[in-house]
Amino acid sequence: MSEHTESGVHVASMRLLVTIMIVLMIGTWLTVSVTHFDFGFLNIWIGLGIATVKAILVGLYFMHLRWDKPFNAFVFVSAFAFLFLFIGFAMMDTAHYQDVIIPGWPLQ
Amino acid sequence: MTAQHHDGGHDPNLAHHFESMDQQRQSTKLGMWLFLATEILFFGGLFVFYTVYRGNHPEIFVFGAHFLDTALGALNTVVLIFSSFTIAWAVRAAQLKQIKLLKWLIIATMLCAFTFMGVKYVEYSAKWKHGLLWAGSYNPHLDHEETHDVVAVEGEVHTAEADVEIVEIDEVQHVAEGEFVEPIVTEVAIEPVAEVADSDRSTIAPAAEGPGGLATPEAVVAEDVMPVEPANARIFFSIYFMMTGLHGIHVLAGIAIMFWLLHCLRRGDFDTGHFTKIDMLALYWHVVDIIWIYLFLLLYLID
Repeated sequence: MSEHTESGVHVASMRLLVTIMIVLMIGTWLTVSVTHFDFGFLNIWIGLGIATVKAILVGLYFMHLRWDKPFNAFVFVSAFAFLFLFIGFAMMDTAHYQDVIIPGWPLQ
Repeated sequence: MTAQHHDGGHDPNLAHHFESMDQQRQSTKLGMWLFLATEILFFGGLFVFYTVYRGNHPEIFVFGAHFLDTALGALNTVVLIFSSFTIAWAVRAAQLKQIKLLKWLIIATMLCAFTFMGVKYVEYSAKWKHGLLWAGSYNPHLDHEETHDVVAVEGEVHTAEADVEIVEIDEVQHVAEGEFVEPIVTEVAIEPVAEVADSDRSTIAPAAEGPGGLATPEAVVAEDVMPVEPANARIFFSIYFMMTGLHGIHVLAGIAIMFWLLHCLRRGDFDTGHFTKIDMLALYWHVVDIIWIYLFLLLYLID
């Protein structure tokens, strides 16, 4: 699926690039069409799941992370890890005192 | 300079503080990945803003998403994914020294970027016309080019476009912090509906009705009057403009860098197979794409 130049640089094959592009397009179609169904609270998680698969495909193949030094992937993924930490703590914090701000929260 | 420096000849692209082209490339790449990590965190603050607000006030997002056109958002997603493909192909072309192909792939990517910004312009201007803006600038109103000099009274109204009977005018709707929006007017057509062109059917549009770039026509027909605006609906538009605006600035920066790359190409920088510049722009462009994949989902696809 891939070739190398004489200097040892990884070159992605055309077949791979086209395949990834088509999968990403199908993913976009899937993200839009899945909103026409009501899965309740699962809707957002299904959408986020598809988006994350798309992001991983872009990272692995378009951005060459699959053939790159693992440390580069570690740097990039660590940014997401800290982002989740940030979001997680912010949500814990805001959830902790919503019932003081909004009477009757959480809304049924 | 000793012999152990520079393995195999003197590459003009090799800076003197690097041992080899490979070391130089790896260092550049690591620097780029560190920059991209800070980009994720840069947008991260806005994603936290989004998550906290949506977690506490989901109704604002359900209301606000009515004003975003999913078709235009999906079009932009497709355009960006395709541009990601062309720039990934451009990296391959640069690696294989296919200079002519490389030039056309950079141009194709730029055309996609301009298309993206063009669609964004259509979306932004539709919101601008209706005052669906951020924070204090949020002042939803009818587009004055679309309104007619019709005094909103209950009874029959005859204009050049259509004859309607206004059956009910709600009280001017109070929204948060004492601001007013247009009164919600419910009217019915006197003439048979089929004789009135769809676009002219309503001379006094509901407060939220708008042209392409806003709600879909089906939604307008089905609901006629938008759902009641929740308090602080402006927050949605603040988030929308901040996130898509920051993203749009990144697209513009990408366009500027691609202009520079074309200049480098003409200068012959890539003739030696030195593809680092293309590679770095491509990495940046893919991050712009990844962020848009999430923005499209989180802003447009709310039901």
